Amino acid sequence: MKTIEASGLTKYYGSLLAVDNVSFSVKRGEVFGFLGPNGAGKTTTVRMLTGILRPSRGEVRVLGYDMLDEHEKILAREMMGIVPEMANPYVDLTAMGNLRLMGELYGMGKREIEKRALDLLKLFGLYERRKSKVRAFSKGMRQRLILAMALIGDPEVLFLDEPTSGLDVISARMIRDIIRDEHRKGRTIFLTTHNMAEANELCQRVAIIRRGKLVAIDTPEKLKTLGKGLSVEVSFEPMVFEGSAIDSALRVEHRGDKIRIYTDDPDATIRELVRYAEEKGLRIVSLKTLSPSLEDIFVELVGGKDD
Amino acid sequence: MNWWVVRMIKTLKRSFAVAKKDMLIFYLKGPVIIMGLVFPFFLFLAFLIGRHLSGEQLFVGLTAMTAFFTSTAVGPTIIPWECRGRTFERLVASPVSLTAILLGDLQASFYFGLAITFTIALPSLAYLSIHPSFGIFLLSTLLAVLSFSAMTVLMSSYPPTDIPADVMMLSSLVKFSLLFISGIFVPLRSLPPYGRWISLLSPLTYYVDALRHALGGGYLPLPIDFIMLAFFGLAFFFVGSTIHGRVLERRFT
Ligand SMILES: Nc1ncnc2c1ncn2[C@@H]1O[C@H](COP(=O)(O)OP(=O)(O)OP(=O)(O)O)[C@@H](O)[C@H]1O
Ligand SMILES: [Mg+2]
Repeated sequence: MKTIEASGLTKYYGSLLAVDNVSFSVKRGEVFGFLGPNGAGKTTTVRMLTGILRPSRGEVRVLGYDMLDEHEKILAREMMGIVPEMANPYVDLTAMGNLRLMGELYGMGKREIEKRALDLLKLFGLYERRKSKVRAFSKGMRQRLILAMALIGDPEVLFLDEPTSGLDVISARMIRDIIRDEHRKGRTIFLTTHNMAEANELCQRVAIIRRGKLVAIDTPEKLKTLGKGLSVEVSFEPMVFEGSAIDSALRVEHRGDKIRIYTDDPDATIRELVRYAEEKGLRIVSLKTLSPSLEDIFVELVGGKDD
Repeated sequence: MNWWVVRMIKTLKRSFAVAKKDMLIFYLKGPVIIMGLVFPFFLFLAFLIGRHLSGEQLFVGLTAMTAFFTSTAVGPTIIPWECRGRTFERLVASPVSLTAILLGDLQASFYFGLAITFTIALPSLAYLSIHPSFGIFLLSTLLAVLSFSAMTVLMSSYPPTDIPADVMMLSSLVKFSLLFISGIFVPLRSLPPYGRWISLLSPLTYYVDALRHALGGGYLPLPIDFIMLAFFGLAFFFVGSTIHGRVLERRFT
Protein backbone atom coordinates (compact mmCIF):
# COMPACT_ATOMS: atom_id res chain seq x y z
CA MET A 1 0.00 0.00 0.00
CA LYS A 2 1.24 3.45 -0.91
CA THR A 3 1.05 6.05 1.85
CA ILE A 4 -0.28 8.78 -0.41
CA GLU A 5 -2.06 8.03 -3.65
CA ALA A 6 -3.44 10.73 -5.89
CA SER A 7 -5.09 9.87 -9.15
CA GLY A 8 -6.41 12.27 -11.70
CA LEU A 9 -6.60 15.16 -9.22
CA THR A 10 -8.25 18.15 -10.81
CA LYS A 11 -9.41 21.40 -9.28
CA TYR A 12 -11.31 24.25 -10.83
CA TYR A 13 -11.86 27.58 -9.08
CA GLY A 14 -14.82 28.73 -11.09
CA SER A 15 -13.48 28.46 -14.60
CA LEU A 16 -9.82 28.64 -13.57
CA LEU A 17 -8.13 25.26 -13.84
CA ALA A 18 -5.72 25.31 -10.89
CA VAL A 19 -4.71 21.64 -10.84
CA ASP A 20 -4.98 19.53 -13.95
CA ASN A 21 -5.18 15.75 -13.80
CA VAL A 22 -2.31 15.19 -11.38
CA SER A 23 -1.45 11.60 -10.42
CA PHE A 24 1.38 10.33 -8.28
CA SER A 25 2.03 8.21 -5.25
CA VAL A 26 4.32 8.51 -2.27
CA LYS A 27 5.87 5.45 -0.65
CA ARG A 28 5.97 4.82 3.04
CA GLY A 29 8.95 6.49 4.69
CA GLU A 30 9.69 8.75 1.77
CA VAL A 31 10.36 12.48 1.86
CA PHE A 32 8.58 13.73 -1.22
CA GLY A 33 9.25 17.25 -2.46
CA PHE A 34 6.63 19.22 -4.35
CA LEU A 35 8.11 22.10 -6.29
CA GLY A 36 6.72 24.69 -8.61
CA PRO A 37 6.65 28.42 -9.25
CA ASN A 38 4.17 30.74 -7.53
CA GLY A 39 0.60 29.93 -8.46
CA ALA A 40 1.48 26.54 -9.97
CA GLY A 41 -1.08 24.73 -7.81
CA LYS A 42 1.02 23.34 -4.96
CA THR A 43 -1.12 24.59 -2.11
CA THR A 44 -4.27 23.56 -3.95
CA THR A 45 -2.83 20.06 -4.33
CA VAL A 46 -1.84 19.79 -0.66
CA ARG A 47 -5.29 20.96 0.37
CA MET A 48 -6.87 18.25 -1.75
CA LEU A 49 -4.51 15.60 -0.38
CA THR A 50 -5.40 16.58 3.19
CA GLY A 51 -9.12 16.76 2.54
CA ILE A 52 -9.42 20.51 3.08
CA LEU A 53 -10.57 21.06 -0.50
CA ARG A 54 -12.71 18.69 -2.47
CA PRO A 55 -11.24 17.89 -5.88
CA SER A 56 -13.40 18.68 -8.90
CA ARG A 57 -12.31 15.28 -10.21
CA GLY A 58 -10.00 12.52 -9.09
CA GLU A 59 -9.27 10.51 -5.99
CA VAL A 60 -7.02 10.74 -2.98
CA ARG A 61 -6.05 8.01 -0.57
CA VAL A 62 -3.88 8.59 2.46
CA LEU A 63 -2.81 5.52 4.47
CA GLY A 64 -5.48 3.65 2.55
CA TYR A 65 -8.29 5.96 3.65
CA ASP A 66 -10.47 7.66 1.09
CA MET A 67 -10.04 11.40 1.73
CA LEU A 68 -13.32 12.16 -0.01
CA ASP A 69 -15.29 10.24 2.59
CA GLU A 70 -16.11 12.45 5.58
CA HIS A 71 -15.65 9.73 8.14
CA GLU A 72 -12.58 8.00 6.67
CA LYS A 73 -11.00 11.43 6.33
CA ILE A 74 -11.20 11.98 10.09
CA LEU A 75 -9.61 8.58 10.74
CA ALA A 76 -6.78 9.36 8.32
CA ARG A 77 -6.27 12.78 9.86
CA GLU A 78 -5.63 11.22 13.26
CA MET A 79 -2.45 9.84 11.73
CA MET A 80 -1.58 12.97 9.78
CA GLY A 81 0.24 16.12 10.81
CA ILE A 82 -0.51 19.18 8.74
CA VAL A 83 1.24 22.53 8.44
CA PRO A 84 -0.87 24.73 6.15
CA GLU A 85 0.71 27.55 4.20
CA MET A 86 0.93 30.78 6.25
CA ALA A 87 -0.95 29.29 9.18
CA ASN A 88 -0.78 30.86 12.62
CA PRO A 89 -1.04 29.44 16.09
CA TYR A 90 -3.68 31.09 18.32
CA VAL A 91 -1.93 34.26 19.45
CA ASP A 92 -4.16 34.61 22.52
CA LEU A 93 -3.15 31.20 23.81
CA THR A 94 0.22 30.23 25.24
CA ALA A 95 2.55 27.86 23.41
CA MET A 96 1.46 25.14 25.78
CA GLY A 97 -2.20 26.09 25.30
CA ASN A 98 -1.88 25.69 21.55
CA LEU A 99 -0.30 22.27 21.89
CA ARG A 100 -2.89 21.19 24.43
CA LEU A 101 -5.70 22.21 22.08
CA MET A 102 -4.16 20.22 19.22
CA GLY A 103 -3.70 17.19 21.47
CA GLU A 104 -7.36 17.32 22.46
CA LEU A 105 -8.43 17.65 18.85
CA TYR A 106 -6.36 14.55 18.10
CA GLY A 107 -8.25 12.75 20.86
CA MET A 108 -5.22 12.23 23.09
CA GLY A 109 -5.40 11.78 26.85
CA LYS A 110 -4.42 14.54 29.25
CA ARG A 111 -1.21 12.89 30.52
CA GLU A 112 -0.09 11.94 27.07
CA ILE A 113 -0.63 15.51 25.87
CA GLU A 114 1.37 17.07 28.70
CA LYS A 115 4.29 14.74 28.19
CA ARG A 116 4.38 14.98 24.44
CA ALA A 117 3.93 18.77 24.50
CA LEU A 118 6.84 19.30 26.86
CA ASP A 119 9.06 17.05 24.74
CA LEU A 120 8.15 18.99 21.64
CA LEU A 121 8.65 22.37 23.30
CA LYS A 122 12.15 21.29 24.29
CA LEU A 123 12.86 19.88 20.85
CA PHE A 124 11.84 23.16 19.21
CA GLY A 125 13.63 25.41 21.66
CA LEU A 126 10.40 26.88 23.01
CA TYR A 127 10.41 25.35 26.47
CA GLU A 128 11.37 28.54 28.31
CA ARG A 129 8.57 30.40 26.56
CA ARG A 130 5.88 27.75 27.01
CA LYS A 131 3.80 29.96 29.30
CA SER A 132 3.92 33.13 27.23
CA LYS A 133 1.19 34.06 24.84
CA VAL A 134 2.08 33.43 21.23
CA ARG A 135 1.31 37.08 20.46
CA ALA A 136 4.81 37.86 21.71
CA PHE A 137 6.47 35.22 19.52
CA SER A 138 8.62 35.99 16.48
CA LYS A 139 7.74 34.54 13.10
CA GLY A 140 10.34 31.82 13.47
CA MET A 141 9.05 30.83 16.89
CA ARG A 142 5.48 30.71 15.61
CA GLN A 143 6.47 28.54 12.68
CA ARG A 144 8.33 26.17 14.97
CA LEU A 145 5.27 26.00 17.19
CA ILE A 146 3.06 25.27 14.17
CA LEU A 147 5.29 22.34 13.29
CA ALA A 148 5.27 21.17 16.90
CA MET A 149 1.46 21.32 16.80
CA ALA A 150 1.46 19.15 13.70
CA LEU A 151 3.67 16.62 15.48
CA ILE A 152 1.62 16.38 18.67
CA GLY A 153 -0.10 13.15 17.66
CA ASP A 154 3.14 11.52 16.48
CA PRO A 155 1.73 11.28 12.94
CA GLU A 156 2.62 8.69 10.33
CA VAL A 157 2.44 11.25 7.53
CA LEU A 158 3.38 14.91 7.54
CA PHE A 159 2.12 17.49 5.05
CA LEU A 160 4.23 20.63 5.15
CA ASP A 161 3.37 23.56 2.91
CA GLU A 162 6.41 25.83 2.77
CA PRO A 163 7.43 25.22 6.36
CA THR A 164 10.64 27.24 6.15
CA SER A 165 9.57 30.17 4.01
CA GLY A 166 10.51 33.53 5.45
CA LEU A 167 12.52 32.11 8.33
CA ASP A 168 16.07 32.93 9.35
CA VAL A 169 18.83 30.39 8.84
CA ILE A 170 18.70 29.04 12.37
CA SER A 171 14.95 28.43 12.49
CA ALA A 172 14.96 27.01 8.97
CA ARG A 173 17.79 24.67 9.84
CA MET A 174 16.06 23.54 13.01
CA ILE A 175 12.96 22.69 11.00
CA ARG A 176 15.03 20.82 8.40
CA ASP A 177 16.77 18.85 11.14
CA ILE A 178 13.43 17.84 12.55
CA ILE A 179 12.19 16.79 9.12
CA ARG A 180 15.28 14.58 8.84
CA ASP A 181 14.63 13.12 12.29
CA GLU A 182 11.05 12.32 11.37
CA HIS A 183 12.31 10.68 8.19
CA ARG A 184 14.71 8.58 10.23
CA LYS A 185 11.80 7.45 12.38
CA GLY A 186 10.17 6.15 9.22
CA ARG A 187 7.58 8.88 8.78
CA THR A 188 6.35 9.84 5.34
CA ILE A 189 6.72 13.52 4.53
CA PHE A 190 5.11 15.56 1.78
CA LEU A 191 7.04 18.80 1.53
CA THR A 192 6.22 21.86 -0.52
CA THR A 193 9.05 24.32 -0.89
CA HIS A 194 10.57 27.02 -3.03
CA ASN A 195 14.00 26.29 -1.69
CA MET A 196 15.80 24.03 -4.17
CA ALA A 197 18.76 23.39 -1.90
CA GLU A 198 16.31 22.25 0.75
CA ALA A 199 14.52 19.91 -1.63
CA ASN A 200 17.81 18.56 -2.89
CA GLU A 201 19.06 17.95 0.61
CA LEU A 202 15.91 16.43 2.14
CA CYS A 203 13.90 14.67 -0.53
CA GLN A 204 14.19 11.18 -1.94
CA ARG A 205 11.95 12.20 -4.80
CA VAL A 206 10.60 15.45 -6.10
CA ALA A 207 7.76 16.37 -8.36
CA ILE A 208 7.67 19.60 -10.30
CA ILE A 209 4.33 21.15 -11.08
CA ARG A 210 3.73 23.90 -13.54
CA ARG A 211 0.42 25.56 -14.38
CA GLY A 212 -1.38 22.77 -12.60
CA LYS A 213 0.35 19.97 -14.51
CA LEU A 214 3.09 17.65 -13.33
CA VAL A 215 6.10 18.18 -15.57
CA ALA A 216 8.61 15.91 -13.85
CA ILE A 217 8.76 13.41 -11.04
CA ASP A 218 11.96 11.60 -10.06
CA THR A 219 14.89 11.53 -7.65
CA PRO A 220 16.86 14.79 -7.49
CA GLU A 221 19.96 13.12 -8.96
CA LYS A 222 18.11 11.66 -11.92
CA LEU A 223 16.39 14.96 -12.56
CA LYS A 224 19.77 16.64 -12.67
CA THR A 225 20.85 14.40 -15.53
CA LEU A 226 18.02 15.96 -17.55
CA GLY A 227 19.91 19.21 -17.45
CA LYS A 228 21.83 20.54 -20.36
CA GLY A 229 25.41 19.54 -19.79
CA LEU A 230 28.05 20.17 -17.23
CA SER A 231 29.96 23.29 -16.46
CA VAL A 232 33.33 24.43 -15.21
CA GLU A 233 33.74 27.35 -12.86
CA VAL A 234 37.00 29.21 -12.71
CA SER A 235 38.43 32.27 -11.02
CA PHE A 236 41.69 33.93 -12.09
CA GLU A 237 43.87 36.61 -10.59
CA PRO A 238 43.87 39.11 -12.10
CA MET A 239 40.45 38.46 -13.56
CA VAL A 240 40.87 38.81 -17.31
CA PHE A 241 39.04 36.57 -19.73
CA GLU A 242 37.74 36.60 -23.29
CA GLY A 243 34.96 34.18 -23.97
CA SER A 244 36.32 33.22 -27.38
CA ALA A 245 39.50 31.81 -25.88
CA ILE A 246 37.96 28.46 -25.03
CA ASP A 247 36.98 26.35 -28.05
CA SER A 248 35.07 23.70 -26.08
CA ALA A 249 32.79 26.27 -24.40
CA LEU A 250 29.10 26.13 -25.30
CA ARG A 251 28.20 29.21 -23.32
CA VAL A 252 30.05 31.52 -20.94
CA GLU A 253 28.54 33.37 -17.98
CA HIS A 254 30.23 35.90 -15.74
CA ARG A 255 29.22 35.39 -12.12
CA GLY A 256 30.79 37.75 -9.61
CA ASP A 257 34.48 37.06 -9.47
CA LYS A 258 33.99 33.77 -11.32
CA ILE A 259 33.27 32.56 -14.79
CA ARG A 260 31.02 29.66 -15.54
CA ILE A 261 31.64 27.80 -18.76
CA TYR A 262 29.03 25.33 -19.99
CA THR A 263 30.56 22.42 -21.84
CA ASP A 264 30.01 18.89 -23.12
CA ASP A 265 33.60 17.95 -22.40
CA PRO A 266 34.86 19.23 -19.03
CA ASP A 267 38.20 17.52 -19.55
CA ALA A 268 38.98 19.53 -22.70
CA THR A 269 37.68 22.75 -21.14
CA ILE A 270 39.89 22.41 -18.08
CA ARG A 271 42.98 21.76 -20.23
CA GLU A 272 42.20 24.84 -22.30
CA LEU A 273 41.69 26.96 -19.21
CA VAL A 274 44.99 25.91 -17.70
CA ARG A 275 46.78 26.63 -20.97
CA TYR A 276 45.06 30.02 -21.15
CA ALA A 277 46.18 30.91 -17.62
CA GLU A 278 49.76 29.93 -18.40
CA GLU A 279 49.83 31.97 -21.63
CA LYS A 280 48.45 35.09 -19.95
CA GLY A 281 50.41 34.64 -16.73
CA LEU A 282 47.25 34.39 -14.56
CA ARG A 283 47.02 32.68 -11.21
CA ILE A 284 44.18 30.13 -10.87
CA VAL A 285 42.35 30.98 -7.63
CA SER A 286 39.78 28.20 -7.98
CA LEU A 287 38.66 25.68 -10.56
CA LYS A 288 35.84 23.19 -10.30
CA THR A 289 33.49 21.15 -12.42
CA LEU A 290 29.77 21.45 -11.65
CA SER A 291 26.88 19.25 -12.51
CA PRO A 292 23.58 21.10 -12.93
CA SER A 293 21.84 21.92 -9.68
CA LEU A 294 18.21 21.10 -9.01
CA GLU A 295 17.61 24.80 -9.44
CA ASP A 296 19.04 24.71 -12.96
CA ILE A 297 16.69 21.88 -13.82
CA PHE A 298 13.81 23.68 -12.24
CA VAL A 299 14.46 26.85 -14.20
CA GLU A 300 14.82 24.80 -17.36
CA LEU A 301 11.54 22.96 -16.78
CA VAL A 302 9.41 25.87 -15.72
CA GLY A 303 10.97 28.44 -17.98
CA GLY A 304 12.03 30.78 -15.19
CA LYS A 305 8.68 32.50 -15.02
CA ASP A 306 5.78 32.57 -12.57
CA ASP A 307 2.51 31.09 -13.73
CA MET B 1 -25.34 0.99 16.71
CA ASN B 2 -22.31 0.71 18.94
CA TRP B 3 -19.89 2.33 16.49
CA TRP B 4 -22.35 5.15 16.07
CA VAL B 5 -22.34 5.89 19.79
CA VAL B 6 -18.55 5.78 19.87
CA ARG B 7 -18.45 8.22 17.00
CA MET B 8 -20.91 10.56 18.70
CA ILE B 9 -18.89 10.59 21.90
CA LYS B 10 -15.72 11.29 19.95
CA THR B 11 -17.40 14.18 18.14
CA LEU B 12 -18.74 15.64 21.38
CA LYS B 13 -15.41 15.37 23.16
CA ARG B 14 -13.56 17.11 20.37
CA SER B 15 -16.25 19.74 20.01
CA PHE B 16 -15.72 20.49 23.67
CA ALA B 17 -12.02 21.07 22.97
CA VAL B 18 -13.10 23.59 20.32
CA ALA B 19 -15.48 25.22 22.81
CA LYS B 20 -12.74 25.52 25.43
CA LYS B 21 -10.53 27.27 22.93
CA ASP B 22 -13.37 29.67 22.05
CA MET B 23 -13.97 30.42 25.71
CA LEU B 24 -10.31 31.15 26.35
CA ILE B 25 -9.94 33.38 23.34
CA PHE B 26 -13.21 35.03 22.44
CA TYR B 27 -15.04 35.71 25.71
CA LEU B 28 -12.66 38.52 26.49
CA LYS B 29 -12.71 40.25 23.11
CA GLY B 30 -13.93 43.84 23.32
CA PRO B 31 -16.81 43.55 20.86
CA VAL B 32 -18.15 40.48 22.66
CA ILE B 33 -18.24 42.31 25.98
CA ILE B 34 -19.87 45.32 24.35
CA MET B 35 -22.50 43.41 22.37
CA GLY B 36 -23.14 40.88 25.11
CA LEU B 37 -23.08 42.91 28.29
CA VAL B 38 -22.91 46.66 27.84
CA PHE B 39 -25.48 46.85 25.10
CA PRO B 40 -28.27 44.88 26.75
CA PHE B 41 -27.67 46.86 29.90
CA PHE B 42 -28.40 50.16 28.19
CA LEU B 43 -31.29 48.67 26.29
CA PHE B 44 -32.74 47.55 29.55
CA LEU B 45 -32.37 51.04 30.96
CA ALA B 46 -34.23 52.40 27.97
CA PHE B 47 -36.92 49.81 28.53
CA LEU B 48 -37.14 50.73 32.20
CA ILE B 49 -37.05 54.49 32.28
CA GLY B 50 -40.25 56.45 32.23
CA ARG B 51 -42.57 53.45 32.42
CA HIS B 52 -44.50 51.98 35.27
CA LEU B 53 -43.61 48.36 35.13
CA SER B 54 -44.51 45.63 37.57
CA GLY B 55 -41.78 43.44 39.04
CA GLU B 56 -42.91 40.61 36.77
CA GLN B 57 -42.66 42.71 33.63
CA LEU B 58 -39.23 43.91 34.68
CA PHE B 59 -38.06 40.38 35.27
CA VAL B 60 -39.33 39.12 31.93
CA GLY B 61 -37.75 42.01 30.00
CA LEU B 62 -34.44 41.80 31.78
CA THR B 63 -34.09 38.03 31.57
CA ALA B 64 -35.19 37.77 27.95
CA MET B 65 -32.87 40.53 26.78
CA THR B 66 -29.95 39.20 28.74
CA ALA B 67 -30.41 35.68 27.43
CA PHE B 68 -30.87 36.88 23.88
CA PHE B 69 -27.91 39.24 23.74
CA THR B 70 -25.42 37.19 25.72
CA SER B 71 -26.01 33.97 23.80
CA THR B 72 -25.66 35.73 20.47
CA ALA B 73 -22.62 37.83 21.38
CA VAL B 74 -19.74 35.41 20.78
CA GLY B 75 -20.97 33.12 18.05
CA PRO B 76 -21.30 35.16 14.87
CA THR B 77 -17.70 36.38 14.80
CA ILE B 78 -15.72 33.33 15.86
CA ILE B 79 -15.14 31.94 12.37
CA PRO B 80 -14.46 35.31 10.69
CA TRP B 81 -11.96 35.98 13.46
CA GLU B 82 -10.31 32.63 12.88
CA CYS B 83 -10.04 33.28 9.15
CA ARG B 84 -8.58 36.69 9.82
CA GLY B 85 -6.05 35.27 12.27
CA ARG B 86 -5.19 32.45 9.85
CA THR B 87 -6.01 29.76 12.35
CA PHE B 88 -9.08 28.37 10.62
CA GLU B 89 -7.37 26.15 8.06
CA ARG B 90 -5.29 24.58 10.83
CA LEU B 91 -8.50 23.85 12.73
CA VAL B 92 -10.34 22.45 9.72
CA ALA B 93 -7.31 20.28 8.92
CA SER B 94 -7.36 18.63 12.35
CA PRO B 95 -9.20 15.35 12.91
CA VAL B 96 -12.56 16.97 13.61
CA SER B 97 -15.54 17.31 11.34
CA LEU B 98 -16.97 20.70 10.46
CA THR B 99 -20.05 19.72 12.44
CA ALA B 100 -17.91 19.17 15.53
CA ILE B 101 -16.30 22.58 15.07
CA LEU B 102 -19.69 24.27 14.74
CA LEU B 103 -20.98 22.31 17.70
CA GLY B 104 -18.00 23.62 19.67
CA ASP B 105 -18.71 27.21 18.66
CA LEU B 106 -22.34 26.69 19.62
CA GLN B 107 -21.32 25.47 23.06
CA ALA B 108 -19.15 28.54 23.57
CA SER B 109 -22.22 30.72 22.99
CA PHE B 110 -24.38 28.46 25.11
CA TYR B 111 -22.18 28.50 28.23
CA PHE B 112 -21.67 32.24 27.98
CA GLY B 113 -25.40 32.88 27.61
CA LEU B 114 -26.37 30.46 30.34
CA ALA B 115 -23.85 31.67 32.89
CA ILE B 116 -24.66 35.35 32.51
CA THR B 117 -28.41 34.89 32.24
CA PHE B 118 -28.52 33.01 35.53
CA THR B 119 -26.12 35.45 37.15
CA ILE B 120 -28.50 38.27 36.29
CA ALA B 121 -31.86 36.51 36.62
CA LEU B 122 -31.46 34.77 39.96
CA PRO B 123 -30.46 37.81 42.04
CA SER B 124 -33.14 39.91 40.37
CA LEU B 125 -35.73 37.29 41.32
CA ALA B 126 -34.69 37.68 44.92
CA TYR B 127 -34.51 41.46 44.67
CA LEU B 128 -37.93 41.82 43.10
CA SER B 129 -39.35 39.07 45.37
CA ILE B 130 -40.87 37.15 42.49
CA HIS B 131 -41.59 33.46 42.69
CA PRO B 132 -41.87 31.93 39.22
CA SER B 133 -42.54 28.30 38.48
CA PHE B 134 -38.95 27.18 38.57
CA GLY B 135 -39.30 24.22 36.23
CA ILE B 136 -40.75 26.34 33.44
CA PHE B 137 -38.17 29.07 33.96
CA LEU B 138 -35.28 26.60 33.89
CA LEU B 139 -36.40 24.53 30.94
CA SER B 140 -37.39 27.50 28.81
CA THR B 141 -34.12 29.29 29.57
CA LEU B 142 -32.09 26.22 28.60
CA LEU B 143 -34.01 25.78 25.37
CA ALA B 144 -33.93 29.47 24.56
CA VAL B 145 -30.20 29.91 25.14
CA LEU B 146 -29.59 26.81 23.04
CA SER B 147 -31.79 28.12 20.28
CA PHE B 148 -30.17 31.60 20.28
CA SER B 149 -26.72 30.00 20.26
CA ALA B 150 -27.71 27.90 17.27
CA MET B 151 -28.86 31.09 15.59
CA THR B 152 -25.26 32.35 15.69
CA VAL B 153 -24.16 29.31 13.69
CA LEU B 154 -26.50 30.48 10.98
CA MET B 155 -25.42 34.12 11.36
CA SER B 156 -21.73 33.29 10.90
CA SER B 157 -22.35 31.14 7.84
CA TYR B 158 -22.98 33.78 5.23
CA PRO B 159 -21.32 35.76 3.77
CA PRO B 160 -18.07 33.77 4.20
CA THR B 161 -16.05 36.82 5.18
CA ASP B 162 -12.93 37.28 7.25
CA ILE B 163 -14.03 40.70 8.48
CA PRO B 164 -15.64 40.30 11.92
CA ALA B 165 -17.17 43.79 11.76
CA ASP B 166 -19.24 42.83 8.70
CA VAL B 167 -20.81 39.87 10.44
CA MET B 168 -21.26 41.88 13.59
CA MET B 169 -23.22 44.51 11.71
CA LEU B 170 -25.47 42.06 9.91
CA SER B 171 -26.15 40.04 13.01
CA SER B 172 -26.93 43.16 15.04
CA LEU B 173 -29.42 44.18 12.42
CA VAL B 174 -31.17 40.83 12.72
CA LYS B 175 -31.02 40.86 16.50
CA PHE B 176 -32.61 44.27 16.84
CA SER B 177 -35.33 43.48 14.37
CA LEU B 178 -36.16 40.35 16.35
CA LEU B 179 -36.05 42.18 19.66
CA PHE B 180 -38.78 44.59 18.65
CA ILE B 181 -41.18 41.99 17.31
CA SER B 182 -40.93 39.59 20.22
CA GLY B 183 -43.46 40.92 22.67
CA ILE B 184 -41.04 42.36 25.20
CA PHE B 185 -41.92 46.00 24.80
CA VAL B 186 -45.52 45.36 23.89
CA PRO B 187 -47.06 42.11 25.16
CA LEU B 188 -48.45 39.76 22.52
CA ARG B 189 -52.06 40.14 23.62
CA SER B 190 -51.89 43.90 23.08
CA LEU B 191 -50.45 43.60 19.57
CA PRO B 192 -52.63 44.02 16.49
CA PRO B 193 -53.27 40.69 14.71
CA TYR B 194 -50.69 41.27 11.95
CA GLY B 195 -48.10 42.13 14.63
CA ARG B 196 -48.90 38.87 16.37
CA TRP B 197 -48.34 36.93 13.15
CA ILE B 198 -44.98 38.60 12.58
CA SER B 199 -43.93 37.97 16.14
CA LEU B 200 -44.35 34.23 15.61
CA LEU B 201 -41.32 34.37 13.31
CA SER B 202 -39.01 35.22 16.17
CA PRO B 203 -37.69 32.55 18.54
CA LEU B 204 -37.44 35.20 21.23
CA THR B 205 -41.23 35.49 21.23
CA TYR B 206 -41.58 31.96 22.55
CA TYR B 207 -39.07 32.51 25.30
CA VAL B 208 -40.76 35.70 26.46
CA ASP B 209 -44.08 33.90 26.41
CA ALA B 210 -42.68 30.95 28.35
CA LEU B 211 -41.25 33.30 30.96
CA ARG B 212 -44.69 34.89 31.32
CA HIS B 213 -46.12 31.39 31.77
CA ALA B 214 -43.61 30.84 34.56
CA LEU B 215 -45.17 33.87 36.22
CA GLY B 216 -48.68 32.68 35.49
CA GLY B 217 -49.69 34.65 32.39
CA GLY B 218 -48.58 33.45 28.96
CA TYR B 219 -50.46 33.99 25.74
CA LEU B 220 -49.54 30.99 23.54
CA PRO B 221 -49.93 27.42 24.80
CA LEU B 222 -46.84 26.56 26.85
CA PRO B 223 -45.98 23.31 24.97
CA ILE B 224 -45.93 25.35 21.76
CA ASP B 225 -43.34 27.67 23.30
CA PHE B 226 -41.09 24.73 24.13
CA ILE B 227 -41.58 23.01 20.82
CA MET B 228 -40.94 26.15 18.83
CA LEU B 229 -37.75 26.96 20.75
CA ALA B 230 -36.45 23.46 20.10
CA PHE B 231 -37.54 23.61 16.48
CA PHE B 232 -35.81 26.95 15.88
CA GLY B 233 -32.65 25.63 17.52
CA LEU B 234 -32.51 22.54 15.35
CA ALA B 235 -33.40 24.41 12.19
CA PHE B 236 -30.80 27.13 12.80
CA PHE B 237 -28.07 24.58 13.42
CA PHE B 238 -29.03 22.39 10.50
CA VAL B 239 -29.38 25.20 7.97
CA GLY B 240 -26.33 26.99 9.37
CA SER B 241 -24.05 23.99 9.13
CA THR B 242 -25.30 23.18 5.64
CA ILE B 243 -24.41 26.68 4.48
CA HIS B 244 -21.06 26.52 6.28
CA GLY B 245 -20.33 23.29 4.41
CA ARG B 246 -21.22 24.86 1.09
CA VAL B 247 -19.09 27.99 1.49
CA LEU B 248 -16.20 26.41 3.38
CA GLU B 249 -13.82 26.34 0.42
CA ARG B 250 -14.30 30.05 -0.17
CA ARG B 251 -12.78 30.78 3.21
CA PHE B 252 -9.35 29.51 2.18
CA THR B 253 -7.51 32.04 0.10
N1 LIG C 1 -9.41 30.20 -3.17
C1 LIG C 1 -9.08 30.44 -4.45
N2 LIG C 1 -9.97 30.98 -5.29
C2 LIG C 1 -9.66 31.21 -6.59
N3 LIG C 1 -8.47 30.93 -7.14
C3 LIG C 1 -7.52 30.40 -6.36
C4 LIG C 1 -7.78 30.12 -4.97
N4 LIG C 1 -6.67 29.59 -4.45
C5 LIG C 1 -5.77 29.52 -5.45
N5 LIG C 1 -6.26 30.01 -6.60
C6 LIG C 1 -5.56 30.05 -7.91
O1 LIG C 1 -5.14 28.74 -8.22
C7 LIG C 1 -3.83 28.73 -8.73
C8 LIG C 1 -2.95 27.84 -7.89
O2 LIG C 1 -2.78 28.41 -6.61
P1 LIG C 1 -1.96 27.73 -5.45
O3 LIG C 1 -2.18 28.54 -4.23
O4 LIG C 1 -2.31 26.30 -5.39
O5 LIG C 1 -0.46 27.90 -5.97
P2 LIG C 1 0.92 27.59 -5.24
O6 LIG C 1 1.65 26.69 -6.14
O7 LIG C 1 0.68 27.11 -3.87
O8 LIG C 1 1.60 29.01 -5.22
P3 LIG C 1 2.59 29.67 -4.14
O9 LIG C 1 3.94 29.16 -4.46
O10 LIG C 1 2.48 31.13 -4.41
O11 LIG C 1 2.12 29.28 -2.78
C9 LIG C 1 -3.39 30.18 -8.77
O12 LIG C 1 -3.59 30.66 -10.07
C10 LIG C 1 -4.30 30.88 -7.81
O13 LIG C 1 -4.53 32.20 -8.22
MG1 LIG D 1 1.26 27.76 -2.00
